[in-house]
Amino acid sequence: MAIRREDVERIAELARLEIPADDMERVRAELSSVLEFVATLSKLDLAGYEPTTFAPSGAPLGPDEPNGRRLDPLTATAQAPEGEDGFFLVPPIVENLAP
Amino acid sequence: MSATETWAWPARDVAAAVNAGSARAEATAEAGWEGPGRVWEADVHAVVHADPAARAAAARASGKGPLAGVPVLLKDNLCTRDAYPTTCASKILAGWRAPYDATVVARLRAAGAVIVGKGNMDEFAMGSSTEFSCYGPTRNPFDLARVPGGSSGGPAAAVAYGLVPIALGSDTGGSVRQPAAFCGVYGLKPTYGRLSRYGLVAFGSSLDQVGVFARHAGDVAAAYEVLAGPDPFDATTRLGPAPDVSAWDSGVAGLRFGWPANLWKEGVAPAIVDALERAADALERAGARRVAFDFMPGTYAVATYYLVATAEASSNLARFDGVRYGFRHADAPDVRALYTRTRSEGFGAEVQRRILLGTYALSAGYYDAFYLTAQRARTRIRHEYRDAFTRCDFMLMPSAPSAAFRLGEKTSDPLEMYLSDVFTIGANLAGIPGLTVPFGRDAGGLPLAVQVLGPEDAEPVLLRAGRALEVGGERARLARSHTTEFAWPTKR
Repeated sequence: MAIRREDVERIAELARLEIPADDMERVRAELSSVLEFVATLSKLDLAGYEPTTFAPSGAPLGPDEPNGRRLDPLTATAQAPEGEDGFFLVPPIVENLAP
Repeated sequence: MSATETWAWPARDVAAAVNAGSARAEATAEAGWEGPGRVWEADVHAVVHADPAARAAAARASGKGPLAGVPVLLKDNLCTRDAYPTTCASKILAGWRAPYDATVVARLRAAGAVIVGKGNMDEFAMGSSTEFSCYGPTRNPFDLARVPGGSSGGPAAAVAYGLVPIALGSDTGGSVRQPAAFCGVYGLKPTYGRLSRYGLVAFGSSLDQVGVFARHAGDVAAAYEVLAGPDPFDATTRLGPAPDVSAWDSGVAGLRFGWPANLWKEGVAPAIVDALERAADALERAGARRVAFDFMPGTYAVATYYLVATAEASSNLARFDGVRYGFRHADAPDVRALYTRTRSEGFGAEVQRRILLGTYALSAGYYDAFYLTAQRARTRIRHEYRDAFTRCDFMLMPSAPSAAFRLGEKTSDPLEMYLSDVFTIGANLAGIPGLTVPFGRDAGGLPLAVQVLGPEDAEPVLLRAGRALEVGGERARLARSHTTEFAWPTKR
Protein backbone atom coordinates (compact mmCIF):
# COMPACT_ATOMS: atom_id res chain seq x y z
CA MET A 1 0.00 0.00 0.00
CA ALA A 2 1.53 3.29 -1.11
CA ILE A 3 1.78 6.08 1.39
CA ARG A 4 1.59 9.71 0.24
CA ARG A 5 4.11 12.42 0.92
CA GLU A 6 1.49 14.33 2.98
CA ASP A 7 1.04 11.25 5.21
CA VAL A 8 4.78 11.04 5.83
CA GLU A 9 4.87 14.73 6.71
CA ARG A 10 1.97 14.30 9.11
CA ILE A 11 3.41 11.31 10.98
CA ALA A 12 6.85 12.93 11.11
CA GLU A 13 5.20 15.90 12.77
CA LEU A 14 3.44 13.61 15.27
CA ALA A 15 6.71 11.77 15.98
CA ARG A 16 8.65 15.04 16.35
CA LEU A 17 11.03 14.11 13.56
CA GLU A 18 12.22 16.30 10.74
CA ILE A 19 12.78 14.65 7.36
CA PRO A 20 15.09 16.63 5.06
CA ALA A 21 13.42 17.43 1.74
CA ASP A 22 15.91 15.43 -0.31
CA ASP A 23 15.31 12.37 1.90
CA MET A 24 11.53 12.51 1.69
CA GLU A 25 11.09 10.35 -1.39
CA ARG A 26 13.40 7.61 -0.05
CA VAL A 27 11.57 7.52 3.29
CA ARG A 28 8.19 7.49 1.54
CA ALA A 29 9.21 4.60 -0.72
CA GLU A 30 10.66 2.56 2.17
CA LEU A 31 7.59 3.02 4.34
CA SER A 32 5.35 2.14 1.40
CA SER A 33 7.19 -1.09 0.76
CA VAL A 34 6.99 -2.14 4.42
CA LEU A 35 3.29 -1.21 4.62
CA GLU A 36 2.61 -3.19 1.47
CA PHE A 37 4.24 -6.18 3.11
CA VAL A 38 2.38 -5.88 6.43
CA ALA A 39 -0.89 -5.55 4.50
CA THR A 40 -0.52 -9.29 3.72
CA LEU A 41 -2.07 -9.80 7.16
CA SER A 42 -5.42 -9.12 5.54
CA LYS A 43 -5.10 -12.57 3.93
CA LEU A 44 -5.12 -14.20 7.35
CA ASP A 45 -8.45 -15.41 8.70
CA LEU A 46 -8.77 -13.60 12.01
CA ALA A 47 -12.45 -14.26 12.66
CA GLY A 48 -12.94 -15.01 16.34
CA TYR A 49 -9.46 -13.90 17.43
CA GLU A 50 -9.52 -11.20 20.08
CA PRO A 51 -6.60 -8.72 20.13
CA THR A 52 -3.61 -9.59 22.33
CA THR A 53 -3.02 -6.49 24.37
CA PHE A 54 -0.22 -7.15 26.78
CA ALA A 55 1.30 -10.02 28.75
CA PRO A 56 1.25 -12.69 26.05
CA SER A 57 0.57 -15.57 28.40
CA GLY A 58 -2.33 -13.99 30.17
CA ALA A 59 -0.28 -14.73 33.29
CA PRO A 60 -1.30 -12.41 36.12
CA LEU A 61 0.69 -9.21 36.52
CA GLY A 62 2.65 -8.71 39.69
CA PRO A 63 1.89 -5.94 42.16
CA ASP A 64 2.93 -2.40 41.39
CA GLU A 65 6.47 -1.31 42.06
CA PRO A 66 7.10 -1.43 45.78
CA ASN A 67 7.76 1.64 47.84
CA GLY A 68 11.15 2.17 49.33
CA ARG A 69 13.47 2.30 46.32
CA ARG A 70 13.13 5.58 44.48
CA LEU A 71 15.40 8.10 42.84
CA ASP A 72 15.79 11.42 44.59
CA PRO A 73 15.39 14.45 42.31
CA LEU A 74 19.08 15.36 42.36
CA THR A 75 20.09 11.89 41.14
CA ALA A 76 17.29 11.76 38.61
CA THR A 77 18.23 15.10 37.07
CA ALA A 78 22.00 14.75 37.43
CA GLN A 79 22.43 13.58 33.83
CA ALA A 80 20.12 16.06 32.16
CA PRO A 81 21.77 18.06 29.38
CA GLU A 82 20.69 21.11 31.39
CA GLY A 83 19.38 21.08 34.94
CA GLU A 84 19.39 23.06 38.14
CA ASP A 85 18.66 22.16 41.78
CA GLY A 86 16.85 18.95 40.89
CA PHE A 87 14.91 20.45 37.98
CA PHE A 88 15.22 19.95 34.22
CA LEU A 89 15.83 23.14 32.26
CA VAL A 90 14.10 23.67 28.91
CA PRO A 91 13.81 26.64 26.56
CA PRO A 92 10.86 28.98 27.18
CA ILE A 93 7.48 27.44 26.42
CA VAL A 94 5.38 30.62 26.70
CA GLU A 95 6.63 34.00 25.53
CA ASN A 96 7.32 36.32 28.43
CA LEU A 97 4.87 39.07 27.53
CA ALA A 98 5.28 42.53 28.99
CA PRO A 99 2.61 43.29 31.63
CA MET B 1 47.88 -22.03 35.83
CA SER B 2 48.72 -18.98 33.79
CA ALA B 3 46.59 -15.87 34.10
CA THR B 4 45.22 -16.22 30.60
CA GLU B 5 44.31 -19.89 30.54
CA THR B 6 40.79 -19.64 31.94
CA TRP B 7 39.30 -17.76 28.99
CA ALA B 8 38.76 -21.07 27.20
CA TRP B 9 36.97 -22.69 30.12
CA PRO B 10 33.23 -23.12 30.58
CA ALA B 11 31.87 -20.55 33.03
CA ARG B 12 31.01 -23.31 35.53
CA ASP B 13 34.65 -24.42 35.66
CA VAL B 14 35.80 -20.84 36.18
CA ALA B 15 33.34 -20.42 39.07
CA ALA B 16 34.35 -23.74 40.61
CA ALA B 17 38.02 -22.75 40.54
CA VAL B 18 37.36 -19.32 42.03
CA ASN B 19 35.08 -20.73 44.73
CA ALA B 20 37.71 -23.34 45.60
CA GLY B 21 40.44 -20.72 45.79
CA SER B 22 42.53 -22.18 42.99
CA ALA B 23 41.90 -19.16 40.72
CA ARG B 24 41.40 -15.48 41.50
CA ALA B 25 38.63 -13.33 40.03
CA GLU B 26 41.20 -10.62 39.18
CA ALA B 27 42.86 -13.13 36.83
CA THR B 28 39.77 -14.80 35.38
CA ALA B 29 38.13 -11.45 34.59
CA GLU B 30 41.23 -10.38 32.70
CA ALA B 31 41.89 -13.67 30.89
CA GLY B 32 39.85 -12.96 27.74
CA TRP B 33 41.41 -9.52 27.29
CA GLU B 34 44.93 -10.88 27.64
CA GLY B 35 44.19 -13.83 25.36
CA PRO B 36 41.77 -13.69 22.39
CA GLY B 37 40.68 -10.10 23.07
CA ARG B 38 44.18 -8.85 22.41
CA VAL B 39 44.17 -10.64 19.05
CA TRP B 40 40.61 -10.11 17.90
CA GLU B 41 38.86 -7.16 19.48
CA ALA B 42 40.44 -4.52 17.25
CA ASP B 43 39.15 -6.37 14.16
CA VAL B 44 35.81 -7.64 15.45
CA HIS B 45 34.80 -4.57 17.51
CA ALA B 46 32.43 -6.41 19.81
CA VAL B 47 32.90 -4.05 22.76
CA VAL B 48 31.86 -0.40 23.03
CA HIS B 49 32.57 0.43 26.68
CA ALA B 50 35.36 -1.18 28.68
CA ASP B 51 37.92 -0.02 31.19
CA PRO B 52 40.77 -2.06 32.71
CA ALA B 53 40.70 -0.22 36.03
CA ALA B 54 36.92 -0.63 36.40
CA ARG B 55 37.27 -4.30 35.48
CA ALA B 56 39.94 -4.86 38.12
CA ALA B 57 37.85 -3.03 40.72
CA ALA B 58 34.77 -5.12 39.87
CA ALA B 59 36.83 -8.30 40.13
CA ARG B 60 38.19 -7.28 43.54
CA ALA B 61 34.67 -6.51 44.75
CA SER B 62 33.19 -9.79 43.53
CA GLY B 63 32.43 -12.60 45.95
CA LYS B 64 31.80 -16.30 45.85
CA GLY B 65 28.72 -17.74 44.19
CA PRO B 66 27.51 -19.80 41.26
CA LEU B 67 29.22 -17.43 38.78
CA ALA B 68 32.22 -16.44 40.91
CA GLY B 69 34.89 -14.75 38.83
CA VAL B 70 33.00 -15.30 35.58
CA PRO B 71 33.50 -12.32 33.24
CA VAL B 72 30.24 -11.21 31.61
CA LEU B 73 29.74 -8.72 28.78
CA LEU B 74 26.41 -6.84 28.67
CA LYS B 75 24.57 -5.50 25.67
CA ASP B 76 24.71 -1.71 25.76
CA ASN B 77 20.97 -1.45 26.56
CA LEU B 78 21.28 -2.97 30.05
CA CYS B 79 21.65 -0.37 32.77
CA THR B 80 24.74 -0.43 34.93
CA ARG B 81 25.48 1.93 37.74
CA ASP B 82 28.89 3.61 37.93
CA ALA B 83 31.54 2.17 35.68
CA TYR B 84 30.08 2.15 32.18
CA PRO B 85 27.70 4.34 30.19
CA THR B 86 24.45 2.83 28.89
CA THR B 87 23.86 4.24 25.42
CA CYS B 88 21.94 1.67 23.30
CA ALA B 89 24.58 2.44 20.65
CA SER B 90 22.73 5.70 20.00
CA LYS B 91 23.98 9.23 19.75
CA ILE B 92 20.87 10.35 21.62
CA LEU B 93 22.11 8.61 24.81
CA ALA B 94 25.76 9.60 24.38
CA GLY B 95 27.59 9.36 27.67
CA TRP B 96 24.49 8.60 29.77
CA ARG B 97 25.19 6.77 33.01
CA ALA B 98 22.31 4.91 34.60
CA PRO B 99 21.58 5.71 38.24
CA TYR B 100 20.83 2.04 38.99
CA ASP B 101 21.73 -1.53 37.98
CA ALA B 102 19.25 -3.56 35.93
CA THR B 103 17.86 -6.43 38.01
CA VAL B 104 19.67 -8.99 35.84
CA VAL B 105 22.93 -7.08 36.41
CA ALA B 106 22.36 -6.97 40.16
CA ARG B 107 21.70 -10.73 40.15
CA LEU B 108 24.89 -11.40 38.17
CA ARG B 109 26.91 -9.37 40.65
CA ALA B 110 25.28 -11.14 43.61
CA ALA B 111 26.27 -14.48 42.02
CA GLY B 112 29.93 -13.39 41.90
CA ALA B 113 30.10 -12.53 38.18
CA VAL B 114 32.34 -9.68 37.03
CA ILE B 115 30.81 -7.18 34.59
CA VAL B 116 33.61 -6.44 32.13
CA GLY B 117 31.96 -3.95 29.79
CA LYS B 118 29.25 -3.26 27.26
CA GLY B 119 28.83 -4.93 23.88
CA ASN B 120 27.92 -3.38 20.54
CA MET B 121 24.39 -3.54 19.15
CA ASP B 122 22.07 -2.10 16.57
CA GLU B 123 20.83 1.26 17.82
CA PHE B 124 18.03 0.66 20.35
CA ALA B 125 18.14 -3.03 19.36
CA MET B 126 16.60 -2.25 15.98
CA GLY B 127 18.40 -4.31 13.39
CA SER B 128 19.59 -7.79 12.51
CA SER B 129 23.24 -7.18 11.69
CA THR B 130 24.80 -4.76 14.24
CA GLU B 131 25.50 -2.41 11.35
CA PHE B 132 23.11 0.25 12.72
CA SER B 133 25.33 1.26 15.64
CA CYS B 134 26.59 4.79 16.27
CA TYR B 135 29.95 3.18 17.08
CA GLY B 136 30.25 1.42 13.71
CA PRO B 137 29.60 -2.25 12.94
CA THR B 138 30.76 -5.39 14.70
CA ARG B 139 32.22 -8.04 12.40
CA ASN B 140 31.67 -11.78 12.44
CA PRO B 141 34.71 -13.39 14.08
CA PHE B 142 34.53 -16.31 11.67
CA ASP B 143 34.71 -14.03 8.61
CA LEU B 144 35.41 -10.35 9.06
CA ALA B 145 33.64 -9.49 5.79
CA ARG B 146 30.36 -10.72 7.29
CA VAL B 147 27.96 -9.50 9.97
CA PRO B 148 27.66 -11.15 13.39
CA GLY B 149 23.86 -10.87 13.23
CA GLY B 150 21.93 -8.55 15.45
CA SER B 151 20.86 -6.72 17.24
CA SER B 152 23.01 -8.25 20.03
CA GLY B 153 25.96 -8.78 17.67
CA GLY B 154 28.68 -7.54 20.03
CA PRO B 155 27.89 -9.91 22.91
CA ALA B 156 27.46 -12.84 20.49
CA ALA B 157 30.79 -12.20 18.77
CA ALA B 158 32.62 -11.73 22.08
CA VAL B 159 31.41 -15.11 23.35
CA ALA B 160 32.33 -16.74 20.04
CA TYR B 161 35.92 -15.55 19.96
CA GLY B 162 36.47 -16.19 23.65
CA LEU B 163 36.52 -12.76 25.33
CA VAL B 164 33.88 -13.94 27.82
CA PRO B 165 32.16 -17.28 28.45
CA ILE B 166 28.76 -15.63 29.06
CA ALA B 167 27.13 -12.47 27.74
CA LEU B 168 23.67 -10.97 28.03
CA GLY B 169 21.66 -9.57 25.14
CA SER B 170 18.03 -8.73 24.58
CA ASP B 171 15.64 -10.47 22.21
CA THR B 172 12.61 -8.58 20.90
CA GLY B 173 12.31 -10.40 17.57
CA GLY B 174 15.33 -12.68 17.50
CA SER B 175 18.12 -10.37 18.61
CA VAL B 176 19.76 -13.07 20.73
CA ARG B 177 18.93 -16.20 18.73
CA GLN B 178 19.90 -14.90 15.27
CA PRO B 179 23.36 -13.52 16.22
CA ALA B 180 23.98 -16.68 18.26
CA ALA B 181 23.37 -18.65 15.06
CA PHE B 182 25.64 -16.42 12.98
CA CYS B 183 28.43 -16.63 15.57
CA GLY B 184 28.13 -20.33 16.44
CA VAL B 185 27.17 -20.01 20.10
CA TYR B 186 24.13 -20.85 22.23
CA GLY B 187 21.50 -18.12 22.55
CA LEU B 188 18.47 -18.40 24.84
CA LYS B 189 15.38 -16.22 24.71
CA PRO B 190 13.48 -17.15 27.87
CA THR B 191 9.71 -17.26 28.34
CA TYR B 192 8.29 -13.73 28.46
CA GLY B 193 8.33 -12.61 32.07
CA ARG B 194 10.91 -15.10 33.36
CA LEU B 195 13.77 -12.56 33.35
CA SER B 196 13.19 -9.09 34.69
CA ARG B 197 13.12 -6.20 32.22
CA TYR B 198 13.84 -3.66 34.96
CA GLY B 199 16.85 -1.73 33.70
CA LEU B 200 16.59 -3.02 30.13
CA VAL B 201 15.98 0.04 27.95
CA ALA B 202 12.54 -0.59 26.45
CA PHE B 203 12.00 -1.20 22.73
CA GLY B 204 8.81 -3.31 22.40
CA SER B 205 7.72 -3.89 25.97
CA SER B 206 5.36 -6.80 25.28
CA LEU B 207 8.10 -8.60 23.31
CA ASP B 208 11.41 -7.70 24.98
CA GLN B 209 13.26 -10.38 26.98
CA VAL B 210 16.81 -10.42 28.25
CA GLY B 211 18.66 -13.40 26.79
CA VAL B 212 21.83 -15.38 27.43
CA PHE B 213 24.79 -16.21 25.16
CA ALA B 214 27.23 -18.98 26.05
CA ARG B 215 29.40 -21.59 24.35
CA HIS B 216 27.97 -24.52 26.32
CA ALA B 217 24.41 -25.59 27.09
CA GLY B 218 25.39 -26.06 30.73
CA ASP B 219 26.61 -22.47 30.98
CA VAL B 220 23.27 -21.21 29.64
CA ALA B 221 21.57 -23.22 32.39
CA ALA B 222 23.94 -21.83 35.02
CA ALA B 223 23.18 -18.25 33.97
CA TYR B 224 19.43 -18.90 33.75
CA GLU B 225 19.40 -20.27 37.30
CA VAL B 226 20.95 -17.04 38.55
CA LEU B 227 18.83 -14.65 36.47
CA ALA B 228 15.31 -16.08 36.29
CA GLY B 229 12.56 -15.39 38.78
CA PRO B 230 10.08 -12.75 39.84
CA ASP B 231 11.17 -9.17 40.39
CA PRO B 232 9.05 -6.67 42.32
CA PHE B 233 10.40 -3.94 40.02
CA ASP B 234 8.94 -5.53 36.88
CA ALA B 235 5.22 -6.19 37.21
CA THR B 236 5.32 -8.38 34.08
CA THR B 237 7.67 -10.96 35.59
CA ARG B 238 5.84 -14.22 36.19
CA LEU B 239 4.99 -14.94 39.78
CA GLY B 240 6.32 -18.07 41.45
CA PRO B 241 9.65 -19.79 41.01
CA ALA B 242 11.23 -20.15 37.57
CA PRO B 243 11.41 -23.64 36.05
CA ASP B 244 14.21 -25.85 37.35
CA VAL B 245 16.86 -26.27 34.66
CA SER B 246 19.28 -28.35 36.73
CA ALA B 247 18.47 -31.47 34.67
CA TRP B 248 19.86 -29.90 31.49
CA ASP B 249 22.10 -32.93 30.92
CA SER B 250 19.41 -35.60 31.32
CA GLY B 251 18.90 -36.36 27.63
CA VAL B 252 15.86 -36.31 25.36
CA ALA B 253 14.71 -39.93 25.49
CA GLY B 254 10.94 -40.08 25.18
CA LEU B 255 10.50 -36.47 24.10
CA ARG B 256 8.61 -35.62 20.89
CA PHE B 257 9.96 -32.91 18.62
CA GLY B 258 7.90 -31.09 16.00
CA TRP B 259 9.24 -31.11 12.43
CA PRO B 260 7.47 -28.36 10.41
CA ALA B 261 9.35 -29.06 7.18
CA ASN B 262 6.98 -26.89 5.11
CA LEU B 263 8.80 -23.87 6.59
CA TRP B 264 12.07 -24.65 4.82
CA LYS B 265 10.77 -25.86 1.47
CA GLU B 266 11.97 -22.60 -0.08
CA GLY B 267 13.99 -19.55 0.89
CA VAL B 268 16.30 -21.43 3.26
CA ALA B 269 19.94 -22.14 2.44
CA PRO B 270 20.64 -25.82 1.64
CA ALA B 271 23.34 -25.95 4.33
CA ILE B 272 20.74 -24.94 6.95
CA VAL B 273 18.31 -27.61 5.73
CA ASP B 274 21.11 -30.14 5.90
CA ALA B 275 21.92 -29.06 9.47
CA LEU B 276 18.25 -29.51 10.42
CA GLU B 277 18.24 -33.04 9.00
CA ARG B 278 21.40 -33.95 10.86
CA ALA B 279 20.08 -32.42 14.08
CA ALA B 280 16.83 -34.37 13.76
CA ASP B 281 18.80 -37.57 13.21
CA ALA B 282 20.92 -36.84 16.28
CA LEU B 283 17.81 -36.24 18.40
CA GLU B 284 16.28 -39.50 17.17
CA ARG B 285 19.49 -41.38 17.95
CA ALA B 286 19.26 -39.92 21.45
CA GLY B 287 15.77 -41.34 21.85
CA ALA B 288 13.48 -38.48 20.84
CA ARG B 289 10.63 -39.00 18.37
CA ARG B 290 9.97 -36.83 15.30
CA VAL B 291 6.42 -35.58 14.74
CA ALA B 292 5.97 -34.05 11.28
CA PHE B 293 3.34 -31.38 10.68
CA ASP B 294 2.84 -28.17 8.73
CA PHE B 295 3.13 -24.85 10.51
CA MET B 296 2.05 -21.29 9.71
CA PRO B 297 4.62 -19.48 7.52
CA GLY B 298 6.81 -17.04 9.46
CA THR B 299 6.11 -14.15 7.10
CA TYR B 300 2.79 -13.53 8.91
CA ALA B 301 4.70 -13.23 12.17
CA VAL B 302 7.14 -10.76 10.56
CA ALA B 303 4.23 -8.64 9.28
CA THR B 304 2.57 -8.69 12.72
CA TYR B 305 5.81 -7.87 14.46
CA TYR B 306 6.61 -4.82 12.33
CA LEU B 307 3.32 -3.28 13.45
CA VAL B 308 3.31 -4.33 17.12
CA ALA B 309 7.01 -3.69 17.78
CA THR B 310 7.12 -0.37 15.93
CA ALA B 311 3.95 0.86 17.63
CA GLU B 312 5.42 0.07 21.03
CA ALA B 313 8.77 1.57 20.03
CA SER B 314 7.22 4.83 18.84
CA SER B 315 5.69 5.17 22.29
CA ASN B 316 8.72 3.98 24.28
CA LEU B 317 11.15 6.21 22.40
CA ALA B 318 9.03 9.32 22.91
CA ARG B 319 10.95 9.83 26.14
CA PHE B 320 14.13 10.73 24.28
CA ASP B 321 13.63 14.43 23.64
CA GLY B 322 16.76 16.22 24.85
CA VAL B 323 15.31 17.14 28.24
CA ARG B 324 16.21 14.30 30.58
CA TYR B 325 19.13 12.35 29.17
CA GLY B 326 22.05 12.34 26.80
CA PHE B 327 22.21 14.46 23.68
CA ARG B 328 20.48 17.83 23.29
CA HIS B 329 20.58 19.83 20.06
CA ALA B 330 22.54 23.02 20.60
CA ASP B 331 20.28 25.26 18.52
CA ALA B 332 16.78 25.07 20.04
CA PRO B 333 14.99 28.39 20.44
CA ASP B 334 11.81 26.77 21.75
CA VAL B 335 10.69 23.46 23.20
CA ARG B 336 9.19 22.13 20.00
CA ALA B 337 12.42 22.78 18.10
CA LEU B 338 14.33 21.19 20.98
CA TYR B 339 12.34 17.95 20.65
CA THR B 340 12.38 17.81 16.87
CA ARG B 341 16.01 18.77 16.30
CA THR B 342 17.31 16.59 19.12
CA ARG B 343 15.41 13.53 17.90
CA SER B 344 16.17 14.09 14.20
CA GLU B 345 19.88 14.38 14.85
CA GLY B 346 20.09 11.94 17.78
CA PHE B 347 18.31 8.93 16.24
CA GLY B 348 19.79 7.01 13.32
CA ALA B 349 17.92 6.19 10.10
CA GLU B 350 16.58 2.77 11.09
CA VAL B 351 15.26 3.99 14.44
CA GLN B 352 13.54 6.92 12.73
CA ARG B 353 12.04 4.57 10.15
CA ARG B 354 10.53 2.38 12.87
CA ILE B 355 9.24 5.31 14.89
CA LEU B 356 7.51 6.63 11.75
CA LEU B 357 6.04 3.21 10.98
CA GLY B 358 4.76 2.79 14.53
CA THR B 359 3.34 6.29 14.62
CA TYR B 360 1.53 5.57 11.37
CA ALA B 361 0.10 2.29 12.67
CA LEU B 362 -1.20 4.02 15.79
CA SER B 363 -2.50 7.18 14.10
CA ALA B 364 -6.17 8.02 13.73
CA GLY B 365 -7.67 6.41 10.65
CA TYR B 366 -5.12 3.60 10.45
CA TYR B 367 -5.27 2.16 13.98
CA ASP B 368 -7.96 -0.45 13.22
CA ALA B 369 -6.56 -1.44 9.84
CA PHE B 370 -3.01 -1.89 11.10
CA TYR B 371 -2.47 -2.04 14.85
CA LEU B 372 -5.70 -3.78 15.82
CA THR B 373 -5.31 -6.27 12.96
CA ALA B 374 -1.77 -7.02 14.14
CA GLN B 375 -2.94 -7.59 17.70
CA ARG B 376 -5.55 -10.06 16.47
CA ALA B 377 -2.98 -11.77 14.24
CA ARG B 378 -0.79 -12.05 17.30
CA THR B 379 -3.53 -13.97 19.07
CA ARG B 380 -3.84 -16.32 16.12
CA ILE B 381 -0.06 -16.90 16.11
CA ARG B 382 -0.14 -17.71 19.85
CA HIS B 383 -2.90 -20.23 19.17
CA GLU B 384 -0.91 -21.82 16.33
CA TYR B 385 2.00 -22.44 18.70
CA ARG B 386 -0.29 -23.62 21.49
CA ASP B 387 -1.89 -26.16 19.15
CA ALA B 388 1.50 -27.32 17.85
CA PHE B 389 2.69 -27.97 21.39
CA THR B 390 -0.22 -30.31 22.06
CA ARG B 391 1.46 -32.62 19.53
CA CYS B 392 5.11 -32.26 20.58
CA ASP B 393 7.31 -31.19 23.50
CA PHE B 394 9.42 -28.83 21.41
CA MET B 395 9.81 -27.80 17.77
CA LEU B 396 12.94 -27.92 15.65
CA MET B 397 13.39 -25.15 13.06
CA PRO B 398 16.05 -22.85 11.66
CA SER B 399 17.26 -19.82 13.65
CA ALA B 400 17.83 -17.89 10.43
CA PRO B 401 17.28 -18.63 6.73
CA SER B 402 21.02 -18.48 5.97
CA ALA B 403 24.42 -18.36 7.61
CA ALA B 404 25.93 -14.91 8.26
CA PHE B 405 25.49 -12.51 5.34
CA ARG B 406 27.97 -9.92 4.11
CA LEU B 407 28.36 -6.45 5.57
CA GLY B 408 26.25 -4.02 3.55
CA GLU B 409 24.28 -6.81 1.88
CA LYS B 410 20.93 -5.86 3.41
CA THR B 411 21.31 -2.33 4.75
CA SER B 412 19.71 -0.67 1.74
CA ASP B 413 16.54 -2.78 1.82
CA PRO B 414 14.75 -2.64 5.19
CA LEU B 415 12.27 -5.37 4.28
CA GLU B 416 15.03 -7.78 3.28
CA MET B 417 16.69 -7.17 6.66
CA TYR B 418 13.39 -7.69 8.51
CA LEU B 419 12.88 -11.05 6.81
CA SER B 420 16.11 -12.41 8.25
CA ASP B 421 14.11 -12.75 11.51
CA VAL B 422 11.40 -14.89 9.91
CA PHE B 423 12.07 -17.90 12.17
CA THR B 424 12.60 -16.08 15.45
CA ILE B 425 9.85 -13.46 15.64
CA GLY B 426 7.00 -15.91 16.33
CA ALA B 427 8.39 -16.83 19.75
CA ASN B 428 8.37 -13.19 20.85
CA LEU B 429 4.79 -12.69 19.69
CA ALA B 430 3.73 -15.87 21.49
CA GLY B 431 5.84 -15.20 24.61
CA ILE B 432 7.46 -18.64 24.42
CA PRO B 433 11.12 -19.61 24.91
CA GLY B 434 13.57 -20.39 22.11
CA LEU B 435 17.15 -21.61 22.05
CA THR B 436 19.68 -21.38 19.23
CA VAL B 437 21.94 -24.42 19.19
CA PRO B 438 25.19 -24.22 17.18
CA PHE B 439 25.43 -27.16 14.82
CA GLY B 440 28.48 -27.47 12.62
CA ARG B 441 29.81 -25.28 9.81
CA ASP B 442 29.01 -24.77 6.16
CA ALA B 443 31.46 -25.42 3.32
CA GLY B 444 32.91 -21.92 3.75
CA GLY B 445 33.55 -22.43 7.46
CA LEU B 446 30.65 -20.27 8.68
CA PRO B 447 28.75 -21.46 11.75
CA LEU B 448 25.42 -23.22 11.24
CA ALA B 449 22.70 -23.55 13.86
CA VAL B 450 19.25 -24.87 14.57
CA GLN B 451 16.58 -23.49 16.87
CA VAL B 452 14.41 -25.31 19.39
CA LEU B 453 11.17 -23.69 20.54
CA GLY B 454 8.91 -24.84 23.35
CA PRO B 455 5.75 -23.81 25.16
CA GLU B 456 5.87 -21.34 28.05
CA ASP B 457 8.31 -22.44 30.77
CA ALA B 458 9.86 -25.13 28.55
CA GLU B 459 13.41 -23.86 29.23
CA PRO B 460 14.37 -27.21 30.89
CA VAL B 461 13.28 -29.13 27.79
CA LEU B 462 15.06 -26.74 25.42
CA LEU B 463 18.30 -27.02 27.37
CA ARG B 464 18.05 -30.81 27.39
CA ALA B 465 17.63 -30.73 23.61
CA GLY B 466 20.46 -28.22 23.25
CA ARG B 467 22.72 -30.42 25.31
CA ALA B 468 21.73 -33.57 23.41
CA LEU B 469 22.76 -31.84 20.19
CA GLU B 470 26.01 -30.71 21.82
CA VAL B 471 27.07 -34.24 22.67
CA GLY B 472 25.27 -36.07 19.85
CA GLY B 473 26.09 -33.77 16.98
CA GLU B 474 29.02 -32.11 15.35
CA ARG B 475 30.59 -31.02 18.58
CA ALA B 476 30.83 -34.53 20.02
CA ARG B 477 34.34 -34.97 18.68
CA LEU B 478 35.43 -31.58 19.97
CA ALA B 479 37.24 -31.22 23.22
CA ARG B 480 35.70 -29.38 26.15
CA SER B 481 38.19 -26.56 25.85
CA HIS B 482 37.23 -23.71 23.57
CA THR B 483 40.66 -23.44 21.99
CA THR B 484 40.06 -26.55 19.97
CA GLU B 485 36.45 -25.70 19.14
CA PHE B 486 37.28 -22.37 17.63
CA ALA B 487 39.78 -22.46 14.83
CA TRP B 488 41.03 -18.91 14.68
CA PRO B 489 39.71 -17.27 11.54
CA THR B 490 42.16 -16.54 8.82
CA LYS B 491 40.25 -13.90 6.84
CA ARG B 492 41.43 -10.65 8.36
